[in-house]
Amino acid sequence: MAGKIATRAAYGEALVELAEKYPELVVFDADLANATMTKGFAAKYPDRFFDMGIAECNMTGVAAGMAACGFKPFTNTFAIFASGRAWEQVRNSIAYPGLNVKVVGSHGGLSVGEDGATHQGNEDFALMRAIPGMKVLCPCDGHEMKLAVEALLNYDGPAYLRLGRSAVETVTDEIEGYKFELDKAALLADGTDVTVIATGIMVQMALKARQIMAEEGVSVRVIDMHTIKPLDGEIIAKAAKETGCIVTTEEHNIIGGLGGAVAEFLSENCPTPLVRHGVNDEFGRSGTAAAVLEAYNLTAEGICEKIREALKKK
Amino acid sequence: MEKLSGKQLEIKAYEARLLGLDAVHTAASGHIGGSLSIIDTLTTLYFNVMNIDPTDPKNPDRDRFVLSKGHCTPALYPVLSLRGYFPKEDLKLFRSIKGHYSGHAEMRHVNGVDMSTGSLGQGLSVAVGMALAGKTAGKDYRVYAACGDGEIAEGQIWEAAMSAAKYGLDNLCVMVDVNGLQIDGATKDVMPSEPLDKKFEAFNWNVIKVDGHDFDALLNAFEAAKACKGKPTMLLLQTTKGKGVSFMENNYGWHGKAPNDEQYEQAKAEVEAKLAELEGK
Repeated sequence: MAGKIATRAAYGEALVELAEKYPELVVFDADLANATMTKGFAAKYPDRFFDMGIAECNMTGVAAGMAACGFKPFTNTFAIFASGRAWEQVRNSIAYPGLNVKVVGSHGGLSVGEDGATHQGNEDFALMRAIPGMKVLCPCDGHEMKLAVEALLNYDGPAYLRLGRSAVETVTDEIEGYKFELDKAALLADGTDVTVIATGIMVQMALKARQIMAEEGVSVRVIDMHTIKPLDGEIIAKAAKETGCIVTTEEHNIIGGLGGAVAEFLSENCPTPLVRHGVNDEFGRSGTAAAVLEAYNLTAEGICEKIREALKKK
Repeated sequence: MEKLSGKQLEIKAYEARLLGLDAVHTAASGHIGGSLSIIDTLTTLYFNVMNIDPTDPKNPDRDRFVLSKGHCTPALYPVLSLRGYFPKEDLKLFRSIKGHYSGHAEMRHVNGVDMSTGSLGQGLSVAVGMALAGKTAGKDYRVYAACGDGEIAEGQIWEAAMSAAKYGLDNLCVMVDVNGLQIDGATKDVMPSEPLDKKFEAFNWNVIKVDGHDFDALLNAFEAAKACKGKPTMLLLQTTKGKGVSFMENNYGWHGKAPNDEQYEQAKAEVEAKLAELEGK
C-alpha cells in the first residue's frame, strides 16, 4: 500500500497540479479553504480563487455565471452545505441550464467526527442523484481522486464530487489493471460467493472485509463504485449473475444513495438478494471519526455482518 | 444597429406589449403585470444600450442580460423577437408543450436568453458570476440583470450584493423593478423592502433612482452606470405594474393572470391606440 492521504488533500493537490494545464479552472470557497484544501490553489493562483464568504447559495450561482462565460468553476464547502443548503441553486442555476460547474462537497459522511450531526452530510448522494443530469462521484483514495478531478475537468457538464476528511490508505495505485473511467466502476478484487459494492472510505474497509471473509472460506468480489450516477449497470448485472448476492456499503444514509441506486437497478433488471450497509436512516453524533464510524457499525466487521446476512438470502 | 431615440424606443416598447399580451392570452397563462412594468427598460437595453448582435448570440464579448425576475418572459421574449433573435410567430408557442418557449426564461432553447431563471433570488448571483468572469478574463463586456421588488426579500440577493461590492464589479448594472406589488399584495405589506436606496448604498453600490417608463431618463441612467468606476450600479426603477393597460395598472391581481377574450381585446385596443398616438396617426 502506498501510504495514507485524505481525499480532500489529494483533491487540493490536484487543483494546483492541473491549474496550468487547464487555464479555465477557477476555484470558489465559502470560508472553508483550510478545511476543503483549496488553500494551496488560493495561494498559488489568487486571481483564479474566489472566497465568497459564508454564503453557499450565492457561491453556487456566481459559479454558474462564470461557467456560462466559459470558465470551469469548482465550488467548495462541506458536503452538507454544498448539497443541502444550496440544493435548489445547484438544481436551477447549474443543472437545469446544463452549466459546467463541479460542485465539491468536502467532509462527506460521518467521518466529519467531532463536529457532530449538523456537519455530517449523510444525504448528499441522494440529494444530488435526484437532479437530472448530475453526475455523482465519491472516489475512495488519493490516487483515484486525482484521476477523477482531471476526468471532471474534461467533462463539460454539472457534477457533484464528494471528498473525505480523514486520511485513508491509497489502494487503487497498486491494483493490477486498475483504470479510472468516468461512469464506469472499477473491479478491485474478484470473488465468486458475494459482491460488495463500495464507495468512498468504505472501499478500503470492503477490501479488509474480503480478507476476513476469506478466512471463513467465503470468496468476496469488491467493486469500487466511484461514480454513483450514472450507475455502471453492466458491472452490477455481471456481479449479480456470477456471485448471486450483493452488499452495498457507503458512508451515507442507506436511503437514496449507493444502496438505493443499486436496489433500483437490481429490482428492475435482475432481482438478486441485496443487503444495504450504511447509516440506518438516523443522524450522526460527535466523536472522533473512528469512534463515530465504529458506533454506527461502519467498519470492516460491519460489512462482514452484512455479507453473512446476504449469503443466507441466496 | 443605429441607436433609437426615446420616442422610437417607446414605439418599440408598445409593439412589444402587443406581442406580450397576445402570448399570454394565447397561452391562457403568464405573468403580465410585472412584464408590463419592466418592458420599457428591456426595450431600452436591447435596442439602445447593450452591445449585442442577434446574428451572433453566443459571441463571448457580448453584453449579457439576466432576467432574475424570470417570470417576466412576456416582456423578455417579445423584446428579443423584435430585436431579431427569433420570429414573432414563435411567441404563439409561449408556455406550450408544442414548443420550447418556457414560462420562465430558458437559455438552452430560446435564442438570445443568456441565463435560465425563474427561481427568484438566483439570477443576481449568476450576473455577478458573469461580471466576475469578464473581469477575470480581461474582457470589457457589461452585465445587466433585473430583479423584482418582491424578489428582494430573498436572502441570496443580499449575499450576491455583498459579493458584487467585494469584487468592485463596475461592469455590472442591476435593476430593481420597484412597482410596489407582488402576488400576495403590496410589497410594503407582504415584506417591506424600502428604503432600497439606503440598503444598497450601505452594501457599497452606486444607486440611481429612475423613472422606469421615461426612456430618456433610462438612457441617462445607463450612461451614468457605465461611467461609475469601482462599484456595481443599482438602478431603482420607479414603475407601474401593468403599465399601458388601464385596468391592469397598479392591480396586483394581474401579477400572474391571463386576460380573457374580452379583457384581451380591451387591452389590445388601448395599446394600439397608444401606438397610433406615438406614431402620429
